[in-house]
Amino acid sequence: MSAEQELTHDAGVHGDAHGADAHVDVHGEVSLDVTELDVELPGSGRVATPDVAEYAMRLGDDSLILSQQLAWWVSRAPELEEDLALGNLALDLLGHARALLHFAGTATGRSEDDLAYWRDEPEFLNCWLVEQPGTDFGDMIARQLFFSLYQTQLYTALLSSGDESLAAIAAKAEREVRYHQDHAVQWVLRLAGGTDESRSRVIVSLNEMWPYVEELFTDDALFDRLEGIAPKPSTLRAGFDETLAVVLAEAELELPTAKPAMAGGRQGRHSTQMGYILAELQWLARRHPGAKW
Amino acid sequence: MSTPGEMGTEAWPLWEVFIRANRGLSHVHVGSLHAPDAEMAVRNARDLYTRRGEGISIWVAPATAFTTSDPDRKGEFFESPSGKNYRHAIYYTQAEGVKHL
Repeated sequence: MSAEQELTHDAGVHGDAHGADAHVDVHGEVSLDVTELDVELPGSGRVATPDVAEYAMRLGDDSLILSQQLAWWVSRAPELEEDLALGNLALDLLGHARALLHFAGTATGRSEDDLAYWRDEPEFLNCWLVEQPGTDFGDMIARQLFFSLYQTQLYTALLSSGDESLAAIAAKAEREVRYHQDHAVQWVLRLAGGTDESRSRVIVSLNEMWPYVEELFTDDALFDRLEGIAPKPSTLRAGFDETLAVVLAEAELELPTAKPAMAGGRQGRHSTQMGYILAELQWLARRHPGAKW
Repeated sequence: MSTPGEMGTEAWPLWEVFIRANRGLSHVHVGSLHAPDAEMAVRNARDLYTRRGEGISIWVAPATAFTTSDPDRKGEFFESPSGKNYRHAIYYTQAEGVKHL
């Protein structure tokens, strides 16, 4: 049913009192036919400068790839309840990705779908942490812990960004990633304090993800040009370390010691995992260009 | 309650969930869910039952903590009120000058 038909149908049910723009829906609050997803994008309506667009693309790609990775868990979590929890985290991240990639695309006249489905691997600027395999529950939780701790610091800092679109996106994302952090922390505490098996496995998982943390806090020349707009990643490290220390102390775990990886995600150099992730993410859009549902 | 996972067939314990939609309303039972403990039950309730903005407050309680009326004894439990419509306030004459009854 088209949007017009839906509205006509509603007008018939409710009489003609409602104008053509009345979003009355007899089926409840939300109908896909009448929902304007575009108005849900925080910070839209402005054009990004090339530097701001590159920054938004880095953040948007982080969220997009992690969202795709988490979506794998739907139907595979240990309980139905956790399926929903992980699906919700994935959808939060997808929302951030939409807003950020939409904004990034304004610099070059591309939509968020163009950026998500029609860029190739070297054009993606996400960090290596989000690419890492997380099909083991402990690995996924370790990845979530490090990344949500980082994102909480990041979006808190971005609340006062000089770019109003980034600040608007951060205003929504900051609250959501705080919940992601809480979710990961709760699970780390339970895995560490559960059985001998769960404890030894989460220690391995934390060590496996640790090499990819360094990249999140590495400055480069872009940030010299974004003074007052984007926080230098290195300035976010202290808050990350502080929160992580509290979590590890409560879980009675040691700080992982694995050496940092030579990650180059911000320059478009990716680990071997990335191609497989993109293949699954992009094949449908590329097989049926312009398809709608 | 035993530790989840101790036995291969065992599921997490069941929790009953109550959601309050708005300030001034009371918490309403919305369903039940599985969770390893109370803190996770609140979070699972948030993820299962508030995805469309249904609530601003959540209560959970272990399903085992509830004592219920016996469905097989509905007759003797709930027969008494029928035939006593005078218990509904609408049967009383409204006093003059009372506007918002």
